[in-house]
Amino acid sequence: MARQLNQMQDWARETRITQGRVTVLAAMMILVMLGLLYRYFSLQVIQTEEYRAQSDRNRIAVRTVAPTRGVIVDRSGNFLAVNQPSFTLAITPERAGDLDSVLEALSDLLGLTGIDIELFTEARKRRRPMSPVPLKYRLTDKELAVLAVNKHELPGVSVLSELTRHYPEGDLLGHALGYVGRIGIDDIDESEKEAYRGISHIGKVGLEAYYEDVLKGGLGVSRVETNARGVELDVIDRIEPVPGAELTLHLDVELQRVAASAMGNMRGAVVAMDPKNGGVLSAVSNPRYDPNKFVNGISFSDYAELRDSRDAPLLNRVIQGQYPPASTIKPMLGLAGLNRDLITIDTAIPDPGYYQLPGDPRRYRDWILRVRGTGHAEEMNLRDSIAQSCDVYFYELANRFGIDALAESLDAFGIGSLTGVDLPSEKRGILPSSEWKRRVIGSSWYGGETLIVGIGQGYMLATPMQLAVATTALATRGNAFKPSFVAAVDGMPVQPEPLLSVPAATEYWDEVSAGMVDTVSSVRGTAFGMRSGLTYSVAGKTGTAQVVGIAQDATYDEEALSEYQRNHGWFIAYAPVENPEIVVAVLTENSGGGSTAYPVARAMLDYWMSRDE
Amino acid sequence: MSNDFSRVAEVSSRELGARIRLLRVLHIDLWLSVPLLLLSIGGLFVLYSASGLSDAMLSAQMRNIAVAMTVLLITAQFRVETLRGVSPYIFALATLLLVAVVFFGVGAKGAQRWLSLGFIRFQPSEVMKVAMPLALAWWLSKKALPPDFRSIALAFVMVALPSGLILQQPDLGTSLLVATSGLAAIYMAGIQWRYIFSTIVLALLSIWPAWIFVLKDYQKQRVLTLFNPESDRLGAGWNIIQSKTAIGSGGWEGLGWTQGSQAQLDFLPEGHTDFIIAVLAEEFGFRGVLLLFLIYAVILGRGLVITWKAQSSFARMLAGALVASFFFGLVVNLGMVSGLLPVVGVPLPMVSYGGTAMVSMMIAFGMLMAISTERPVTRAMR
Repeated sequence: MARQLNQMQDWARETRITQGRVTVLAAMMILVMLGLLYRYFSLQVIQTEEYRAQSDRNRIAVRTVAPTRGVIVDRSGNFLAVNQPSFTLAITPERAGDLDSVLEALSDLLGLTGIDIELFTEARKRRRPMSPVPLKYRLTDKELAVLAVNKHELPGVSVLSELTRHYPEGDLLGHALGYVGRIGIDDIDESEKEAYRGISHIGKVGLEAYYEDVLKGGLGVSRVETNARGVELDVIDRIEPVPGAELTLHLDVELQRVAASAMGNMRGAVVAMDPKNGGVLSAVSNPRYDPNKFVNGISFSDYAELRDSRDAPLLNRVIQGQYPPASTIKPMLGLAGLNRDLITIDTAIPDPGYYQLPGDPRRYRDWILRVRGTGHAEEMNLRDSIAQSCDVYFYELANRFGIDALAESLDAFGIGSLTGVDLPSEKRGILPSSEWKRRVIGSSWYGGETLIVGIGQGYMLATPMQLAVATTALATRGNAFKPSFVAAVDGMPVQPEPLLSVPAATEYWDEVSAGMVDTVSSVRGTAFGMRSGLTYSVAGKTGTAQVVGIAQDATYDEEALSEYQRNHGWFIAYAPVENPEIVVAVLTENSGGGSTAYPVARAMLDYWMSRDE
Repeated sequence: MSNDFSRVAEVSSRELGARIRLLRVLHIDLWLSVPLLLLSIGGLFVLYSASGLSDAMLSAQMRNIAVAMTVLLITAQFRVETLRGVSPYIFALATLLLVAVVFFGVGAKGAQRWLSLGFIRFQPSEVMKVAMPLALAWWLSKKALPPDFRSIALAFVMVALPSGLILQQPDLGTSLLVATSGLAAIYMAGIQWRYIFSTIVLALLSIWPAWIFVLKDYQKQRVLTLFNPESDRLGAGWNIIQSKTAIGSGGWEGLGWTQGSQAQLDFLPEGHTDFIIAVLAEEFGFRGVLLLFLIYAVILGRGLVITWKAQSSFARMLAGALVASFFFGLVVNLGMVSGLLPVVGVPLPMVSYGGTAMVSMMIAFGMLMAISTERPVTRAMR
C-alpha cells in the first residue's frame, strides 16, 4: 500500500514535471508561430509592391529589336549599299558549358581566326545575359552543313539568320561609301551603349560613318514573357524599330565606272561635281579596296597588306591626298590679279624662259625652257599664260602680289580650308603665308618662295576635292557650294549650302574662262591633245606637280624611287563652258604630268554630256 | 409533432454516438485526423500547380497519402505499453541500418542516404525519425523523473550517435530533425534548466569550430547566402531571392491557382518539394498562408493537449518529442523559404511531394493517436 502510494506520488510528480514542460513548449510555439506569421505578413502584405515589381522583372524581358540599316542608292536608284540575309554563328555562353572547349571545337570545324575570337570577346561584354553572341558571319553552305552535322556536340551554339551589309559595286565605291564593321570596344562610348543593344555593326569610315546616326535607325523594343531559362513564351507588347533612312547620292554609278576605268591602274584621284549644287557625281581614289572585306572582320594579314602597302589603298585620296596644286591655281591667281589691279587684261610680260628677282642672280625657270630651250613668246598676256601655263607670267604676278595677298586670294577659292564635304577625316592641305611659315617652320618668308607658291609648288598642298570646289567657283563665276555626296535623306532633298563666293567683273571672268578654253582648244594649249572630236565646249587647266611619292612608308629603295619621284599630273575642267553642268578634278600620281590626267576627264565629260537625262 | 422531432433527434444522436464509438474503436483522434486530411487534400491542389500541372505527380502523391494514412491507422492500434516495449529494439535496428548505410549505402549527388534491399530502397534516417523519440522516452522513463546526470549523459550519447551518422551522409535537415526529437524527449523528462542553458551556451560556443571542421562548403554557402542573397544572385542566392519574390508577390489575395508566374515559369526551384509554401503563398496569397498556419496550429495544439493528458511519463515524453519534432521541421521549412533560416532540406509537413517523409510522419501521428485514445489509467486501475 505504501509502495503503491509512493508510486502514486511519483506519478503525480512526474506528471507535474512533464506538464510544466508542455506549458513552456506551448508558449514557445505560440511565440515562434506568431513570429513566422508576421514574416509572411511582412513579405506579402507590407512589401507586396516591391516583390511584385521584382516578379515582373523576372518574368518580363525587354528585348531590343534591331532596325534595318538604311540603304544607299545612286542618283538613278542603283543600290550601292544594301542589307542581305545571311547566316551567323552565335554562342550563348551560359548554355555552352565549357566555353573554351566549344570555341576550340568550332575552330577545328570552321577555322576561326584570332579576329573572330577577339570581336566575340568584345561583343560578349555588351550583351544581356542569356542572349547569343555572334562569332562568325556569312556562313557558307558548306559551313552550315558542317555545323548541322556536329550540332549536338556544340552546346549553346546556334545559327541566326540576320541581315548583313553588302556593297554590290565592290571596290568601285569603297572609299566613298566606306563600310560598316562589327562594333569594337572603342566605337561607341558608355552613353551610346543602350542605343546599340542588339545592333552588331557600325559605320566605320566613309559615308557609312558620316551618316551613321541617320542610317542606323531606331531600336525597337519588345517586351516578352520568359521563363527562368530565358525562353520566350509570349510577346506582351512591341514597339517596332524605326528603319534607318535611305540615302540618295548625287553620285552616278556609271560615271564612276567610266572614271575608274579611265584611271586604269594609275594611282590618283578623280572628283566630278555638279557646279549647280556641289553634288559629288563621282569620286574615285586609286588604288581601291573592297569594303565587303571589312564588314565581318577582315583577317589580320589582309588588313596588314592594305595598311602597309606603299600605294596606300586605304587612303581616300579625294579628300585625304594632299598634293601641290601646281599650275591649276593659275586661273585663280589671274582673276585675283585683275581684281586687285595688279595686272590688266592686256598686261604683257616678257618671257625669256626664266624669271629673275631684281638684285638676285637666281633664275626661276619656266617649264617650257626644258622643252624648247626658249620662253613661250617674247611677251605673254594673261589669257595665253593660262592656256600655255606660262610660269614666268605668274612668277611676275606672284611677285606683284607678295605672299600674303596671294594667300588671301587663293583662300577665297577655298585652298587650304576644309570643304566640309560629308565624309569623315578630310584633310585641309596647306596654304602658306608669312604668318604660317613663322608659326609652323619658325623662320621668316623669302621673296623667292613667293614665286614658287605662285606656280602652285613649294609649301602649298591641296586635295582634289578642294580643287573641284575651286574649279566650281571658276565655272560658276564665283559661287561654289559645299560638296555633298548625299542628295536626299529618305526622299527629302538636302539643300545645297553656299561655301564661297568670289566677286569679280564679268570681263575678268570672261578673260580667265577664255584662257581655260584655249587650254583645250588652242594649238598651243597644254591640253590641246584632248580636243579632237569634242562635241561640246570645255574649259580646263593642266598642272604638273613636282614631288616625292606620298606613301608613308619611306624606306629607301632606289629601284622604286625613280617611279615615286616622278611628277603628279593634274587636270581641272568644266563643261559646257556657257552653262556648266559638270566640274572635274583629276590627279594622277607620279604619272609625269597633266597629259595623263586630261584623258580621264575627257572620258568622264564625254559620258556626262552624252547621257540621256 | 414534438414526438417525431425528439425521435429524429434521438436517432441522429444515436447515430452520432455510434460513429464516435467507431472512431474510438479505431483509435482515431478527430482533432488530428481532420486537419491532417485537410492539409493533404489542400496540399494536392498546391502540388498540382507547383508540379506544372503534372497528373503523374498528382496521382503519385495521392498514392503516398493513401499509404501514409493506412500506416497511421495501423500505428494507432498499438497499445502504448507495446510501443514502449519495442522501443529499444527499433532504435537498435535503426542504428544498425544507419551504420549499414555507411558501408553499403547508395545515393546520388554526392550524398549516400539510401539502403537498397533489391526490391525496395529506403532511407534508414526516416526510420530513426520514429525510433529516436521512442528510444529516448523509453530510456528516460526507466527511472524516476527528473533524470539523474548519468541517465542524461547516456541519453545525449543516444541522440548524438544517430544524428552524427545522418549528418555525415550528408543530410543536415534530417539530422537536425532527429536530434531535435531526441533532445525534446530529454527536455520533456524535466532536465534541469541549467543543463538546457549550458547546452545552449555550449552550442553557441561550438559554432566557430563547427564552421571550420564540420560544415561542408555548400552548407556554409547557404548560411552566408542567407545574410546576403544578392551576393550570388544566380548561384546560391537564387533560391532565396526567388522564393521571397514568389511569397511577396502573392500579396493578400494571391495571383490565383496555377497563375503564379514565379512558380509556373520555373523561376522557383524545388517548388513542388521543399519550397512548396512559396507556391501556395504566391497563388493563394496571405489568406492561404493564414489558413495553413491555422491548420498547423490546430495540429500542434491538439498534439500538446494529447501530451498534457497522456497517461504515463513515457507517453508524455514520447508525445512531447513527436510534437516538438513536428514543430521544429515546420519552423525550419517556413523559416528557410521565407529567408529567415539557412536552406536545409526539410519538407513542409504533409504538403511537400514525397512518400517516405510522409510515412514516417504518419507513424508519428499514429503513435500520438494511440496515446490520445488510450483508456485512462485511473479507470484501468479501478
